[in-house]
Amino acid sequence: MTTHLIESLGNLSDPLCYQEPINIVGENKEILLNELRIMWVIRKAEEKIAEQIISGAIKCPCHLGIGQEAAAVGVSAYLTPNDKVFGAHRSHSHFLALGGTLDSLFAEVLGKVTGCSKGMGGSMHLFDPSIGFHGSVPIVGGSVPIATGAGLAAKLSKKGEVAVSYFGDGAIEEGAVQESLNLASVMKLPVIFVCENNLFSSHLHIELRQPANTTARFAQANLIEHAVIDGNDVVTVRKTAQRAIEHARAGKGPFFIEAVTYRWRGHVGPSEDTDVGVKRGAELSVWRKRDPLSRLALALIQSNMLTEKTHTDIQEEVDSQIKEAWQNALNAPYPELSAILETVYAK
Amino acid sequence: MQNNKTLNYADGILQAFTYLLENHKEVFVFGQGLWSPWYVGSTMKDLDKKFGVERVIDSPVSEVAVTGAAIGASVCGYRPIVVHPRVDFMILAIDQIVSQAAKWSSMFGGQVHPAVTIRGIVNRGGEQGAQHSQALHAWFAHVPGLRVVMPATARDARDLLIASVLCDDPVLYIDDRWLYEWEEEDPGIQLLNLSEVGPHVLKNGNDITIVAASFSTKLAMDAAKTLEEEGISVEVVDLRVINPIHWDVILESVQKTGRLLAVDGGWQSCGLAGEIIAGVMEHVPLAVMKASPKRLTLTNAPAPTSKVLEEIYYTQPSQIISAVKEMIGSKVHV
Repeated sequence: MTTHLIESLGNLSDPLCYQEPINIVGENKEILLNELRIMWVIRKAEEKIAEQIISGAIKCPCHLGIGQEAAAVGVSAYLTPNDKVFGAHRSHSHFLALGGTLDSLFAEVLGKVTGCSKGMGGSMHLFDPSIGFHGSVPIVGGSVPIATGAGLAAKLSKKGEVAVSYFGDGAIEEGAVQESLNLASVMKLPVIFVCENNLFSSHLHIELRQPANTTARFAQANLIEHAVIDGNDVVTVRKTAQRAIEHARAGKGPFFIEAVTYRWRGHVGPSEDTDVGVKRGAELSVWRKRDPLSRLALALIQSNMLTEKTHTDIQEEVDSQIKEAWQNALNAPYPELSAILETVYAK
Repeated sequence: MQNNKTLNYADGILQAFTYLLENHKEVFVFGQGLWSPWYVGSTMKDLDKKFGVERVIDSPVSEVAVTGAAIGASVCGYRPIVVHPRVDFMILAIDQIVSQAAKWSSMFGGQVHPAVTIRGIVNRGGEQGAQHSQALHAWFAHVPGLRVVMPATARDARDLLIASVLCDDPVLYIDDRWLYEWEEEDPGIQLLNLSEVGPHVLKNGNDITIVAASFSTKLAMDAAKTLEEEGISVEVVDLRVINPIHWDVILESVQKTGRLLAVDGGWQSCGLAGEIIAGVMEHVPLAVMKASPKRLTLTNAPAPTSKVLEEIYYTQPSQIISAVKEMIGSKVHV
């Protein structure tokens, strides 16, 4: 545990840093290739969603995480379907990284009954307990106490399960999150708090919202083990998550990961160069060089684990999966009208 | 269990906790003051000693996190009971109750049901004032997805708490400390399916129907007793569950008596009493009504502290008696 207060992200918030290929020395080739493939699935799924918002096919609010794929993929590596993961408004990546299907995501975004929430949730309310994903909600910070309670359930049932709570740097400003960090720490609950710090809450930069640009200082205040990392380096995220999960499974209490990243689209919707009215084109073009996909792909190519040809093949395979899943979602039926009343209470 | 002994409301609640913790290992209790009897009267006496501090958990001063954590545990197979020793402090957790617990079933397509019970205690009088006295059940009864339970009698205090916890839906269970000493004959625990529990006739009568819940039901019963001695026959319908409301018993009663007085311990505007009158008048033909319906609610002000103001702030049985007499002597305003 660090004894001095973390006051700044340092180079992690400087987009000119961390642009080089990630360090994959000693890493397993198959695992890395799989991570690359999943990140492409997430990226291309969200690009498809962006395209279909513009075309008018998708109406529900979609918060895209393009540029943030590595955090979810790295965190998911050591989780099992018995662990309990909770997301927020920007959770397509969390859902897909755990193995959620493209068919059920696309159908949900279109409000179809084959969606992961039976067409009752849309992009902001995703749910698939078969993969360990127990719900995402768009009230900022709203799922953090609930994930903390999943940690309490895990502690009571003594099966070594852990809970994961994904949230952003905006949520750390909510009292619900402060209360949850305190509760998880004092009760030693097995909760992995994952703060994807993309430096923005909606249109407002973290430096205009908080006296320091790092959120891990709240973990320090609550005596929670923590790590502040490059969230666009899938290997670093995976290794940190492994440490966090082992810590929690061993009954040592919560762990806080601050994964520094950057989103390439606006707060909500497909727009690339404006963010709820704020232009950030110049900054974005620098941040794009900290791309989690190309930094991994380049590292693999330089280590002779991947050729340009294979990389193209992976992307084409993902493209065809996306195409098929989108078509399936378009063809799927809408919910029965009776669903609106039938889902309010348990049978 | 016991047979035909008397039971008071506070002991009813304690019996319910004991029954649930003894018979359901997935039940635990979470909230402020649980290791100190000061907060919850005798309703949770020694539960921590009997069932252990792992299942009867006193908590930090964190209404949001504690309520949310109970919801989280409930979607992982537990049946937690969150305790808020005052409704006033429970409001801090309103996002978790209204936007989380009440919504999860619907917004995830009926695939998950937070089987959490949130106990909020109405604790007023004694010059406690505006922030220690509120009864905000009407806010919560507005929300689809929440079941809102307000027991008036000792048996209901027990049996409806058990039914709330064993129900798969999120339930807000509101008890009132002014009822803790109220006794009745007790045939023992009755296991109920909460979705089937509706209003019941607590006292039969022919001249007027009084509909009430929780402590207002006791006021109505006290008034009815006095009125009976004066030859006015009052039917008292105790609501028990205020969301969703089952209307049949209320409608049948008003069809019979032709008069409706709604009494509620909340404020008038957009409140429970107004909801009862509206729900009845939508279904009972005007020709049946012998008098215009009336409601008695709290004075339209925050709770005062000074005892002389408290006396005019809270509804008294004498006001119910006057209202009933006025209605019996009046006609429908057309």
